[in-house]
Amino acid sequence: MTLNSTVIVRDQGFSSEDWQGAFTPLEEATAQTDALDMPANADPDTVALAGLRIIRIPFASFADGRGFTLARSLRLRGYTARLRASGHVIADQYAMARRAGFDEVEISAELAARQPEDQWLARANWQAHDYQARLRGTA
Amino acid sequence: MYKYTEFDTAFLAERNAQFRAQVERRIDGSLTEDEFKPLRLMNGLYLQLHAYMLRVAIPYGTLNSAQMRQLALLAVKWDKGYGHFTTRQNIQYNWPLLRDVPDMLDALAEVGLHAIQTSGNTIRNVTADHFAGAAADELADPRPVAELIRQWSTDHPEFQFLPRKFKIAVTGSPNDRAVTRAHDIGLRMVERDGETGYEVIVGGGLGRTPMIGQVIREFLPRGDLLPYLEAIVSVYNLLGRRDNKYKARIKITVHENGIETIRDLVETRFETLKTAFNGADQALLAQIEPQFAAPDFVAKDTAPYDRAYATDPVFRAWADTNLTAHRQADHAIVSISLKAHGATPGDATADQMRLMADLAAKYAYDELRISHEQNVILPHVARADLPAVHAALKTAGLATANIGLISDIIACPGMDYCALATARSIPIAQEIATHFDALKLEHDIGPLKIKISGCINACGHHHVGHIGILGLDRAGVENYQITLGGDGTEDAVIGERAGPGFAAEDLLPAIERLVRAYLELREGRDETFLDAYRRLGVAPFKAALYPEARDRHAA
Ligand code: HEM
Ligand code: SF4
Repeated sequence: MTLNSTVIVRDQGFSSEDWQGAFTPLEEATAQTDALDMPANADPDTVALAGLRIIRIPFASFADGRGFTLARSLRLRGYTARLRASGHVIADQYAMARRAGFDEVEISAELAARQPEDQWLARANWQAHDYQARLRGTA
Repeated sequence: MYKYTEFDTAFLAERNAQFRAQVERRIDGSLTEDEFKPLRLMNGLYLQLHAYMLRVAIPYGTLNSAQMRQLALLAVKWDKGYGHFTTRQNIQYNWPLLRDVPDMLDALAEVGLHAIQTSGNTIRNVTADHFAGAAADELADPRPVAELIRQWSTDHPEFQFLPRKFKIAVTGSPNDRAVTRAHDIGLRMVERDGETGYEVIVGGGLGRTPMIGQVIREFLPRGDLLPYLEAIVSVYNLLGRRDNKYKARIKITVHENGIETIRDLVETRFETLKTAFNGADQALLAQIEPQFAAPDFVAKDTAPYDRAYATDPVFRAWADTNLTAHRQADHAIVSISLKAHGATPGDATADQMRLMADLAAKYAYDELRISHEQNVILPHVARADLPAVHAALKTAGLATANIGLISDIIACPGMDYCALATARSIPIAQEIATHFDALKLEHDIGPLKIKISGCINACGHHHVGHIGILGLDRAGVENYQITLGGDGTEDAVIGERAGPGFAAEDLLPAIERLVRAYLELREGRDETFLDAYRRLGVAPFKAALYPEARDRHAA
């Protein structure tokens, strides 16, 4: 793993990038786009979803929680393909990301070194202890 | 009272274990200071002027005696023997050590208490009317729904990193004791055509830009509450400003976008979110409700009360100020003043907490409440037992007869504890209280709310004080601005600035001039300071505050 490569975090732990194609920025997206970079200030209700196989939502700072609402909104619209949070997401937010509808988190190698795999796996039990699941009858 | 389910207990244990690990990960460098900060804040841990401060939630203001005893234990074991009750139904410990905090949280969990979301850019612990379940004027007990909101907002995955803090208050009574119009969301339980629901108020707040909340939905059916709240907070999460923390509260979002735009966005989002709820939340609410059922009130002859009232003037003075009508005529609501003249408003020692716990267990069906006025309440006491309660309170310095009077002051921690303070506020409160006590004027003056903040952030609610005092820093010198006519009840009004501020040593004489002017101007004892102010306007009070200006005009 080189220093500028990124790490993909899922419930099973760390893995390397397995999405082969390039991501298209929202303003360049066409009907053929299958991998979309959706900025944090996008309107989740108007983004065209047809044909998309993966959407990536950036976190410029872990303290900017817009991405969680964006993810939830896309899921509520019926988007079922891959959804990825990327950038400054910390291990402590992994359960929030999963509960909000993300499938995976993409972090830098530097962050992965500072917060190693065990710290993320400690939050892989995101389906447990979830008030929302109780209140929505999905527990 | 609400009893934790197995789910709640397991959640809290897991949460505390997570925080314990976060403290260790901060120490080993896994978490940067920047990253640790919001994590400790969402677990109630602040960094103050001298030390850490732990802010513990009193859920919607309700405690039982075992919980109160545990609060006393924390004060003794990990602090300097006292705690500070705040204006948002929290208790703060001012001197804990970082390494002890995980143990403190575990000790709280033993009695179903926590410090979750008492701080940080999250939905804060929801507050409610402190007379809930006891007041004679109540339409419905707000606590079951406050508990539902606690569950919904706790660890809500979307809302742990909002633009700014977010405060929700609920009242079930037309007389608003929960200051709902000064909250990010205020909920008033109302009835329409026999159906119960909520009036939803949004965008209120104090702080440096005080605003009174606006009605976003006049009537929201009960069952729609959670999706509607979720709609408001998610609209705010995307729209709220993140470029300037002073413009980040929802009151500014509402102000900048207009209530109509916000309402449209919320209603649209609500339509979608409704489909994400299937009634499981209402089923949970139905399980919560019976847990707040009133205790079986024991009928007792009120003779001991009548006798004490007739013969003991000290008891009578206390009964006149510190009791409120209970829905059960042979019972009363007792407010225990944490404002002894000269003491720090809101502070209670461990011994005092234990005494109050004992009284609750013996005389008050095991219930206590914390008010946003920083006092402790025994919500249900048989009138027959009041002389005994009063006698016991006297032994611990807790029988001050000043509820609602000039010395029942709300003051923020100010320069004594707070890193943001620009002036002292606790000592000012102490001076005012001892001064008017010495003058023996307090009971003659009658209901008067003084509220003091040590900086523009307004933690002391000065904007809604009948007399508000704001401590500022003018070129290194403390300067106190006075506002007049504020009101935090259902008629909420932001006070009006009276004029130039006063130096610390000139403040007390100015307050005295103001109060003496009121005593001269009032039509009788029935006309309170606020009533007189509303009748006469600001002019005569300004004249009393600034006699030099009047004299200059006359010259
Ligand atoms: C000593 C540490 C404290 C600090 C550093 C602090 C900090 C702040 C800040 C920065 C604000 C303004 C936030 C904004 O408007 O966005 C604020 C508001 C507020 N704080 Fe504090 N505070 C402290 C203690 C307290 C205490 C002890 C109380 C209760 C007695 C309290 C209750 C409040 C309330 C009620 C507001 C009102 C503004 C509103 O939310 O609309 N705070 N605080
Ligand atoms: S009003 Fe200012 S001084 Fe007082 S507690 Fe709040 S931030 Fe501190």
